[in-house]
Amino acid sequence: MTGRRNTELGLMLMTVVIVCAAYVLASLGSESRIPANIIPFLVAVIALFMGAHFAVRKLAPGADPILLPTVTLLNGLGYVVIAGLNEKLAAAQATWTAIGIVAFVLTLWWVKRPRDLERYRYTFAVVGLGLLLLPLVPGLGYDAGSGSTIWVKLGPISFQPGEVAKVALAIFFAAYLADQRELIATSQWKIGPLRLPHPKYLGPVLIAWGVTLLVMFYQKDLGSSLLFFALFLVMIWVATQRTSFLVIGGGLFTAGALFAWRTLDHVKVRVDIWINPWKTPSGDGYQIIQGMFAMGFGGLTGTGLGRGGDTRIPAAENDFIFAVIAEELGLVGGALIIMAYLLVIGSGLRIAAATDQVFDKLLATGFTLLLGLQAFIIVAGVLRLLPLTGVALPFISYGGSSLVMNYVILALLLRISDQTSKRSMNRAAVEVAA
Amino acid sequence: MNRNIMKLGIVLVVLYVALFAKLNWIQVVDKESLDNNPINTAQVRRDFNRPRGSILTADGAVIAQSIANPNTNSEFKRMRVYPEGELFGQSTGYFSFRYGSSGIEKQYNDELSGSTFDQQVKSFGDLFVDRENVGNVSVSLRKDVQQTAQQQLGDREGSVVALDPRTGAVLGAWSWPSYDPNTVSSLDKAIAETSWKTLNAAPGVPMRPHFYQDRYFPGSTFKIVTAGVGLQTGKVTNTEPSYPFTNGYTAEGTNKPIMNFGGETCGGTLPEILRVSCNSSFAEMGAETIGPVDMVAGAGSFGFNSSVPFDMPEPAKSVFPTNVGNNQSKLAMSSIGQNDVQATPLQMAMVAGAVANGGVIMKPHVLSEVRNVQGQVISTYSPSKWLTPMSPFAASTLLDDMVGVVKSGTAAGMAIQGCQVGGKTGTAQLGTEPPKSHTWIIGFAGPPGKPPTVAVAVVVLNQSGGSESTGGRVAAPIAKAVLQTALAAQGGC
Repeated sequence: MTGRRNTELGLMLMTVVIVCAAYVLASLGSESRIPANIIPFLVAVIALFMGAHFAVRKLAPGADPILLPTVTLLNGLGYVVIAGLNEKLAAAQATWTAIGIVAFVLTLWWVKRPRDLERYRYTFAVVGLGLLLLPLVPGLGYDAGSGSTIWVKLGPISFQPGEVAKVALAIFFAAYLADQRELIATSQWKIGPLRLPHPKYLGPVLIAWGVTLLVMFYQKDLGSSLLFFALFLVMIWVATQRTSFLVIGGGLFTAGALFAWRTLDHVKVRVDIWINPWKTPSGDGYQIIQGMFAMGFGGLTGTGLGRGGDTRIPAAENDFIFAVIAEELGLVGGALIIMAYLLVIGSGLRIAAATDQVFDKLLATGFTLLLGLQAFIIVAGVLRLLPLTGVALPFISYGGSSLVMNYVILALLLRISDQTSKRSMNRAAVEVAA
Repeated sequence: MNRNIMKLGIVLVVLYVALFAKLNWIQVVDKESLDNNPINTAQVRRDFNRPRGSILTADGAVIAQSIANPNTNSEFKRMRVYPEGELFGQSTGYFSFRYGSSGIEKQYNDELSGSTFDQQVKSFGDLFVDRENVGNVSVSLRKDVQQTAQQQLGDREGSVVALDPRTGAVLGAWSWPSYDPNTVSSLDKAIAETSWKTLNAAPGVPMRPHFYQDRYFPGSTFKIVTAGVGLQTGKVTNTEPSYPFTNGYTAEGTNKPIMNFGGETCGGTLPEILRVSCNSSFAEMGAETIGPVDMVAGAGSFGFNSSVPFDMPEPAKSVFPTNVGNNQSKLAMSSIGQNDVQATPLQMAMVAGAVANGGVIMKPHVLSEVRNVQGQVISTYSPSKWLTPMSPFAASTLLDDMVGVVKSGTAAGMAIQGCQVGGKTGTAQLGTEPPKSHTWIIGFAGPPGKPPTVAVAVVVLNQSGGSESTGGRVAAPIAKAVLQTALAAQGGC
């Protein structure tokens, strides 16, 4: 166990050095000067990330040692890039990082066993759906300029309740499927030649899922809709091991996408600029074209940190932050980010595979998918591999709600991992005793 | 369940590999077409939003600097201005968001933008100081020399180059027509585009730095090279041979003689034939006394047919024909700077400089030093030898002979009271109806009895008249004034 933590400590130290060096280089690159606040920055980075490490050492000593350093790297590089784009946003992002790490530590401290969450499955479902609906309450919700009404303003604080809802609903799905999966897998409901699971066992998830999709779609939050659709489908497929779900889901998705493309203007626009953005280079295609210019300009090794700083890309600090990274760090940096997410995915799925608790397994799979698929959706959009649907790039994009909730996800993944290694230690001890 | 989790992992890996492939496509395969897209201004914005150092002359004039863009709504935070306008336009070059950069702006871009290795590493030395890291580039060019050249040349097409033969430092480099880089470098797209088009269509190619990128027939100024090669090879001395007094020289294989100016009769030893610039004698010297092998090698030793190690973009090579082995007539013509001989004004200034500097040509340069914003010197140019066409003895013989040309010869107009001045005129005839010519003068000046400290070359294009006196009449006053200004800056003779 201390072996794992020492590995993590070593990786954390390397990551902190990389992030601090990147911060200095970015300032040299953009302003040709050493940042004036380098000492406070150094102290803050060490305090925050080392704090997170020591919290894991204390609260989850057997947890996976790769995830936290990888996430630190993503978060740190994201901060450096945001700082190069906009100092005000960087200050806010630093605050959100601190809050995220506090949330991370609190989650580790508070959730001692994942099973504790399983018991509150319906609470999570209700809270999740409630939060999702919150922006639709007149006077509370507003559109921050992205075309999606996904923001809520409570007094001085603005946040995206949808980010919290994602986590809550993933917990609900995992808990419900862990409980009902055998019934869902074995029940038969014949419609003609099709053999489907009986709807009465699927009811609650179907309701939650349907409402979620409707709300997200209504809010024009296409990226989240896609993410949620896939999350539900994959979780039920992993839980029941029935491929028919994927076939049905794929069919539903195709039908839904076609319908949306035909009838909804904002969907049609997304598809049109995906097929050919050059028709409207200063209109709808502007963002994606500027993103491609930036990435092309970066080339193999990039322009150098702080030397891209392309303020012409709308939402450069958020949806399009990957384009800025690929510009400043080139193909090398872009590949680094891609590999970092693969590391997160690998670690997450390994945690899922290692545990023998069904709920833990499904939850870890769901959380890994939330991170890995969300990153894929937005990067693929920026790269014009898929139509662009704006979601945040996990741990990198500017944005508090998403960052904080991702740290909560990280804490829960580490908690599951720690539980697994604790159990296997106990088992080994029992065997030795026997 | 674990099997499905594994399958999920494989699917995600495949998706991410697709991302990586598409990233490659954009950043490697498609890069060039994206970069060259006319609506892409990535390069420009990057350069214009970063701090950039100033360019300063040796006498302290700012000839290029970046200032805050007064239009705060612009996407450009800074703008590049050239306070001296066309006076240094061809030296500084432009720094344009549409057309890239040229001149010193291009040559010393890394130093100006603070991206050389030294500058980056130095700034790590004091990690905790908040400062800009750009470099201010000081050049050896002088505003006073430049202004003198500008006033003297007036609206005649031509070039003036003055350099310190001891170091190769270029003190003045003026060519007309010149241009004001402020308009090409303008942040206003329309202004930049219009002036770019106008300047490219303008007669005389104002944006080209003629003094080192244009070649002309050097005419009789090339006789210094011929004489230098003769002295260096030992085939010619101040007393031997003595060339016959005649009004023309007819080479083997032709019956068309090379005539002296105005059909005059001249001849004698080197000092005599140099004073009157005797065509027939120098044609014979090159064609017969020296011969093709030594002539080609000798011209090469003065820098002809070689890339010039000048610290400005794309210097032009000066040319001496190499196919003269079996063509005495061509060699004879070439030996007096006609036929296929072509030289840049910078090259001819270096020829004069070789004589002045004991036979050694220093690498020509404009850089003096680079300083950081605190004024500390980051790097200094250290002079180095380029070529050694002559021994000190041959050089000092030729120096005395060239001083003779100013004392009582065609370059008398260059004489400066109290200074030792040597020179050689040249008139490269372009046609006879009406007679037109490029008029040249090259020379040097310094305190009497000491090595000269300034070398100069002047060419004035397309002057009417075709006699040898044309060079002296037109170019000598320009050379004299420029030498005086440069000498005054060094503390006089």
